Amino acid sequence: MAITMTDAQARAASAGFEKLSLRGVTRAYGKNPPALCDFDLELGRGDFVALLGPSGCGKSTALACLAGLQPLTRGSIWRDEERIDTRPTEQRGFGMVFQNYALFPHLSVQKNVEFGLAMRKVARRERQQRALAALRTVQLEEHAGKLPSQLSGGQQQRVAIARALAIEPEVVLMDEPLSNLDAALRIEMRTEIKRLYQERGLTVLYVTHDQEEALSLATRLVVLRKGRLEQTGTPQEVYTNPVSAYVAGFMGYRNLFPASYLESGAGREVTVSAFETSVTGTLIAGEQPVSGGEVTVAIRPEDFTIAADADKNAIKAIAEVVEFHGRELSVQARTAAGGVLHLKTDQSVVAGSNLALTARPDRVLVYQGGLDRSELDIEVGAA
Amino acid sequence: MTATPAPARMPRQPIRHRLAERGIDFSLLLLLPAVAVIAGLFLYPFIYGVGISFQPQAGGGVFANYKNFFTDSYQSGSILKTLRLALPVALVSVGLAAPLAYQCRRDFRGRKVVTLVVMLPITFGSILIAQGMPRVFSPYGWANLLLNDVGLPQANLIYNYWGTFIAAVLTTLPLSFLMMMGFFGGIDRSLEHAAATLGAGRAARFWRIILPLAAPGILTAFMLACVEAFAIFPSAILVGQPDNQTHVLTIPIYQAASQNSDYTQASAIAIVLTAIELLILALAVFVRGLLFKGPATGGKG
Amino acid sequence: MTAATLAPAPAAPPPTSTRRRPTVTAVLTWLVAGLFAATLLSVLASVIVTALSTSWGGGWLPAGFTFSWFSQAWNTPGLADSIKVTFEVAIADVAVALLIGVPAGYVLARKKFPGRNAILLFVLLPVILPSLTYAVQLAALMYRLGIGGTLLSVILVNLVPILPLVILITVPFVEQISPDVEHAAKVFGADNLRLFSRVLVPLLAPGIVAAGVLSLVRVLGSFELTFFVSGAKTQTLVVTIFGALSDPGGPPPALTAAMTVFYMAIALLGLLISLRFANPAQTLARPARRVL
Repeated sequence: MAITMTDAQARAASAGFEKLSLRGVTRAYGKNPPALCDFDLELGRGDFVALLGPSGCGKSTALACLAGLQPLTRGSIWRDEERIDTRPTEQRGFGMVFQNYALFPHLSVQKNVEFGLAMRKVARRERQQRALAALRTVQLEEHAGKLPSQLSGGQQQRVAIARALAIEPEVVLMDEPLSNLDAALRIEMRTEIKRLYQERGLTVLYVTHDQEEALSLATRLVVLRKGRLEQTGTPQEVYTNPVSAYVAGFMGYRNLFPASYLESGAGREVTVSAFETSVTGTLIAGEQPVSGGEVTVAIRPEDFTIAADADKNAIKAIAEVVEFHGRELSVQARTAAGGVLHLKTDQSVVAGSNLALTARPDRVLVYQGGLDRSELDIEVGAA
Repeated sequence: MTATPAPARMPRQPIRHRLAERGIDFSLLLLLPAVAVIAGLFLYPFIYGVGISFQPQAGGGVFANYKNFFTDSYQSGSILKTLRLALPVALVSVGLAAPLAYQCRRDFRGRKVVTLVVMLPITFGSILIAQGMPRVFSPYGWANLLLNDVGLPQANLIYNYWGTFIAAVLTTLPLSFLMMMGFFGGIDRSLEHAAATLGAGRAARFWRIILPLAAPGILTAFMLACVEAFAIFPSAILVGQPDNQTHVLTIPIYQAASQNSDYTQASAIAIVLTAIELLILALAVFVRGLLFKGPATGGKG
Repeated sequence: MTAATLAPAPAAPPPTSTRRRPTVTAVLTWLVAGLFAATLLSVLASVIVTALSTSWGGGWLPAGFTFSWFSQAWNTPGLADSIKVTFEVAIADVAVALLIGVPAGYVLARKKFPGRNAILLFVLLPVILPSLTYAVQLAALMYRLGIGGTLLSVILVNLVPILPLVILITVPFVEQISPDVEHAAKVFGADNLRLFSRVLVPLLAPGIVAAGVLSLVRVLGSFELTFFVSGAKTQTLVVTIFGALSDPGGPPPALTAAMTVFYMAIALLGLLISLRFANPAQTLARPARRVL
């Protein structure tokens, strides 16, 4: 039976690492629909890839398969030219940070961080030094002797990160590490993670359901939907050009509503009918829909402008709720037909006032077909 | 000329509120029947028993019952004989149950069957087991027939120390198994995963993570097995050698009460038994306090 | 910008399962488990076979088979009585234990009050201490009170180990229910009675069933307590069987075995019904998560 590698072997091996590939990875439980289906991913050295999606989309499964904690039903995982999905977890050498931290409750903070080094048979003195160094990077050096139960949630999470980094792994896997922390701490830890990534040139695969986290941390986003890959690209690309209404909904396009197709214009411009008016937008992917066919429209709140009344193609709505957000107002407005729209504006708006809303055609995204609202777990405005 | 009235004194809080702040309110009435039963049928009989143990039926002074017991080497020797039986039984029960409980800690297809088989001794009790043993272990029993067929020598496993030993393990192992399956299963799976990602193979995961965390539970199971085995009774008579090898502490109690109708003597010996049991419990609590004791979940989540 | 596709992967070999070969210790463990099961089942089977045998000297099987022992046992004076007594005691004890123990467990789980820890300790003792440590004193007391030998005394003495059992099983189940659920019920107007009947009891149902089952099993097999306090007409089945077994001039083994088969049937029935509703292994494991 193969034993885990020594530290020297691990270092030698990782010197040449260039990329990890998941090819056609499928994980199904019995006869149920697969949690992850035909998933392809390439993770290059130095990448920070975020797997994004709601719960049940398969992102944690993908991470677990990569770590070896779940067996593959189909597909393979490669490290450069070497196939690794046949290896058990303990021989894959990835660092991992768990959602519930998974610190060993019977070991001190220092012994927790030393654990991976002890498994690699690093000599005691060097083990202690490297563990303390790892704790120093997360600013927890003085807590080295404490038990995990004596630390706060945020501190425990930092120990978990230090533990994963102490073994200097090729790749660090993070499974929603911040979701158990409160809001302020989450933002602080996010910056910490980004700093560590940049300072140490890590390669990270990060699972989250929080799009803000994913956008701020990742060099590349992968959006998953029901076990399949929906879109991948840089944060900028996915944010500006979501490939489907599902992704748009995830990327903060809060205004998602059904409409009927009217006609096409130049290039990919289309006009659709919604809210008792015609709206001009851009068709994303696919061919011309059938006249009167159902489409879904996505608009970001910040892309709405309040037009002068005279604009005949503006959507008419009445401001219902106005929230003060410091530099701008967040307004929820209701159309005559009862649909709800969200917008952000720096003009002053009073609840109950009439609004006429327009948006630039290239920021009105039109998608073929309808949208299953339950998939996104957010409210979709009705037209 | 008009003096300002002195500020009115705060009215004293009604007694009900003051009690409620300390946690005493009407809901405690729900607890009353149970406390009454335990006090009346457990604590009081104990005190009553202690009392009558100092009033020996046959006279001879306050401590006569105890003196009679301890000066009679046949009687007092039963303590050692009980120890000789109880400790190995507990060790073997826990020693065999622990690995099996470890294997069964996560659900798998046959686990319900295993649980059912394990529950059988608990359901049926030691008397049934003692009743069935002769046909299996006596010189012409199935076990010896099997050994014969295979060419091995006879095994003398009944109506002696071994008979009681086997019966005791058959009844003690199941409870130990169920307890430890709970303890092993209660160790969060993510701890094993974390250890694996850090390079720990199956053996390392067991010795460094699971065992240290389950140790307090295993100790508890051992302690309870000891306590249970120490008061072994029907099988010592039915499949043991109650006059000699398995003359355990419970037998003098039985003889004094049933055969001699001397409840004072029986109570005295029962109190000796209780004292030893409490000693075992105290010892185990002390040892357990030295080990790690904490939640086996590894953090939030 | 659109879903990325890689060049088709090289023909991957068929997926290998990452399930590992069982270790040596695992194999050994299951062998030992098998030995245990074989011993246990053969012991139990031997009783059944004996009850069906005409005579049995040595050898693997008896000389002949018959059902007559069962009818003979049924007609044995005292057996039908002890079966009746066993049922009466079991039902009475479990009912009383649940009625008294579940509310007590609730109070102990929820409320903090002076003396709580002491009460918890005393609740724990009758469960941990084997019954012979207190059976004799309890019997002496029963006789002193003049009720020794009656059905009432048998019911009372058997209450002692199972009431704490019910309490100790109820407590973790109550702790699993977030107090906020009760607060919510109160805010929405439920008085204490409705809180109990409509909210707590349904939520505690699995715990109540588990407690009931484990107490039932314990009462059916309870020997020492009943033995010292029962009279000729108030013996439970196990006591009758023990009497038959330990009496050198007693009934033939096959007859006693037939009696035991009756007992096995009752106990097995109780076990199977209970396994339908509760998993005792889960009960004995401390529930680690908070529900709701």
